[in-house]
Amino acid sequence: MPLSLRTSLALLTLAATVMACSKTLPPAPEENSLLDGPIEGLSAADQARFLRGDEAFGEIFTSTSGLGPLFVAAQCASCHPGDGKGSPFVRFTRFGQADTTGNTYLAQGGPQLQHKALPGYSPEVLPAGATSTDLIAPAVTGLGYLDAVSDADLIALADPQDLDGDGISGRPHFNRIPDYAQLRPESVELNGMYICRIGKKGAAYDLLHQTAEAYNQDMGVTSIFSPIDPLSGLEQDPEVTMQTINDVVGYLKTLKAPIQRNPEKAEVIAGGEIFGEIGCDGCHTPVLQTGSSPIVQLDHVEFYPYSDLLLHDMGPGLDDGYTEGYATTAEWRTPPLWGLGLSRDAQGGSYFLLHDGRALSIEQAIEMHEGEGQQSADAFEALSGADQDLLIEFLESL
Amino acid sequence: MSSSASKRRNLLAVCATLLTGSLLAQSSSTHSADSTSLNMDAVYERPFLQNAEAGGGNNQRKLALGGYLEMNATYGAEDGLTEGLSLQARRLTLFSSARLARNITFLSEIEFEDGGHEINIEFAAVDVALNPAFNIRAGVILNPIGTFNQNHDGPNWEFIERPDVSVNLLPATWSNAGVGVFGKFHKGKVTWGYEAYLTNGFDDRIIDNVHGRTFLPASKENDERFEQSSNGRPLFTGKLSMRHHPWGEIGLSYMGGIYNNYTPDGLALDVPRRVHVAAVDLQKTIRKTGTTLVGEAVIILVDVPETYTQQYGSKQRGAFLDVVQPVVEREIGAWPHAVVLVAARIDWVDWNVGTFNETGEDIGDGLWAITPAVSLRPTAQTVFRLNYRYQWQTDILNNPAALTATWMLGLSTYF
Ligand code: HEC
Ligand code: HEC
Repeated sequence: MPLSLRTSLALLTLAATVMACSKTLPPAPEENSLLDGPIEGLSAADQARFLRGDEAFGEIFTSTSGLGPLFVAAQCASCHPGDGKGSPFVRFTRFGQADTTGNTYLAQGGPQLQHKALPGYSPEVLPAGATSTDLIAPAVTGLGYLDAVSDADLIALADPQDLDGDGISGRPHFNRIPDYAQLRPESVELNGMYICRIGKKGAAYDLLHQTAEAYNQDMGVTSIFSPIDPLSGLEQDPEVTMQTINDVVGYLKTLKAPIQRNPEKAEVIAGGEIFGEIGCDGCHTPVLQTGSSPIVQLDHVEFYPYSDLLLHDMGPGLDDGYTEGYATTAEWRTPPLWGLGLSRDAQGGSYFLLHDGRALSIEQAIEMHEGEGQQSADAFEALSGADQDLLIEFLESL
Repeated sequence: MSSSASKRRNLLAVCATLLTGSLLAQSSSTHSADSTSLNMDAVYERPFLQNAEAGGGNNQRKLALGGYLEMNATYGAEDGLTEGLSLQARRLTLFSSARLARNITFLSEIEFEDGGHEINIEFAAVDVALNPAFNIRAGVILNPIGTFNQNHDGPNWEFIERPDVSVNLLPATWSNAGVGVFGKFHKGKVTWGYEAYLTNGFDDRIIDNVHGRTFLPASKENDERFEQSSNGRPLFTGKLSMRHHPWGEIGLSYMGGIYNNYTPDGLALDVPRRVHVAAVDLQKTIRKTGTTLVGEAVIILVDVPETYTQQYGSKQRGAFLDVVQPVVEREIGAWPHAVVLVAARIDWVDWNVGTFNETGEDIGDGLWAITPAVSLRPTAQTVFRLNYRYQWQTDILNNPAALTATWMLGLSTYF
């Protein structure tokens, strides 16, 4: 006797119901627990570009697709996992010298040390006499907002002579920019130099500049923007297309800003107040405003990066003897603190903070603030244990 | 009796067995499916061949054709994101065999994957059967590492996905141009089998690939392996199996050789670098309950250049274990001998064993999965399968695992 129609249908329906049951599928993590994802409400064209850029950000290069011969890692996302901070495992070294006369080691493989090489090639070694710094990758979220802040706003935040006497004297990084850079609207020029803001020393002008150099120096992948192969020193055919680079830049621009968790919680609110009271906000500016942007969502909006994008002298402890552009050896651009609490989800479960990941906790990172940051670090030390906890809870909510 | 004398006696006994075995051997057939058949006999135990033999008469020059088809529907989600429902016609595999002369058989297996998107000659070899204990095989050969590689026909399994260790650690159904010998012999309740082949080997892709990890299956992308070795050094693959009746079968296999092209066109670019793969596999049926256990465990060691680690790991491990239990064996509808089975699989793969030089922390890049399954076999050669697979996969830094769950409903059948 064949299976009755009823039985067959019942079996099929059962199978289909079980398969469709969403309870059996893993739920999406809370939106505020993830760094990746696009800004809400993007146009279809921007979303399509976001997807293309996302894919390119995850592309793993091989010897056949242009990796190396010298490189640091084979994929943007291996250093910026989930668009979050990198780990010391993919830390890299930049070298040069202690004065700001321009990197004299460019002919010797500078500025970046490619410590990996395709089989058969020898990786780079630090040239004698060079000074160097180690850098771990920052999160790449919300960069579109940072990129869209007007030069005028940054100049208004600056106080290079510390005229207000608060011990903090941030300054914008005026640096030379590459020919291909497209100037921001109303950008401010000073002796042929422009305000740069991307990177740990704020030496890159914009996301295109950073991205083209990342392909070249981090992966040994040449492009029309940055065509010189780090090994041979010769100009090469592009190994990544202009289109792909533009897509990646578009992707970085439209990554959402990290979303604060528990902003209503009493402890978080109290911790936020302490943050202001002890002067952390002197550099980690809570609110900034974008200027004009062709992307509607980035056009004249308020956002909360906890950074002023300015250079600050952080004292001898954080002075690695390495300059970039016109940033002195002890100067670092204030890193945004948004997404800080999610860092560990990208760093393998532990914190690796400050430019080289030397601070293994938020407390350590604060204690290592010297120079212009000394006062607020002292004020943190002077807080009661309970108040310190509130501040940390606030920082982790970001 | 001294121990050396006893060893000599044992050796003599083995030789005698071999000799009598060879004298008694039926020259017309090297294989038959029975309690002595080993995993390595899988190519000879396909239904189409059994049917051809049952056809009887003079098999000389007789051409047999067969194959299997696999298709399924899949619906899954990773971290809450679903791609919806997909219908997949995964593979159509065609077998052919011909008896070319007394003791000379040709066997082939050609696979069309994903609707013909990928066409692979998985096996195409001539076997010269000199003796059950000594046969020669030449052509396109499946490197006999582990259990799945040799016995990979879809209808033999209750699971729609292939084991991770076989697909994502070992190169599943990785075939190569090569030549070798194989054979088996019996002693009491034990059947021994061996295989030893020299084939073209791996290439630089195993550490220079779009997977961003040491990945032996990346060598499957090298189409030139059928015509040219990547470095002029053959790969050795050997397997020793033992089946004890009624206990079950255990196999030990090893595959190793130089993988890199260290002297392209005579130019010394690098030192020769080796890959070693060892696997142990097991197959056991518990007679009392009818439960079958099948599994394999694999370890891989790769000499990765100092300047290329640690993203590309030098040590990898993995295993899978299937437990299969028939629960109903009776007439169902039009099928007099239908069987319903429940089964479960555990998959485990660690692509990068070790700790980071920079932090001393454990290197991630691993995967766990569990797959409960229910299947219905109207006949032994056809299976309808419902699988649910839940997977935890961590990146190299051991960040929170990506969770994936997939429902699969499908059919796999010999024809
Ligand atoms: C080897 C690791 C590594 C790779 C690969 C890598 N990055 Fe980075 N990335 C870093 C580090 C370290 C920094 C900080 C460097 C600096 O200050 O200039 C950084 C900085 C950045 C920044 C600046 C962020 C900010 O807050 O100013 C952007 C944007 C960026 N990377 C994008 C990319 C893109 C796009 C790719 C791929 C084309 C890429 N990175 C590949 C390590 C890496
Ligand atoms: C003078 C400006 C300044 C002040 C004031 C300041 N910071 Fe910072 N902060 C920085 C700079 C610059 C860095 C990056 C230094 C480096 O990477 O070596 C930094 C880094 C950090 C980091 C590590 C971020 C990361 O992603 O690695 C944390 C956390 C932090 N600051 C918190 C605070 C807190 C809390 C306060 C108040 C007690 C504070 N900062 C006050 C300038 C400042």
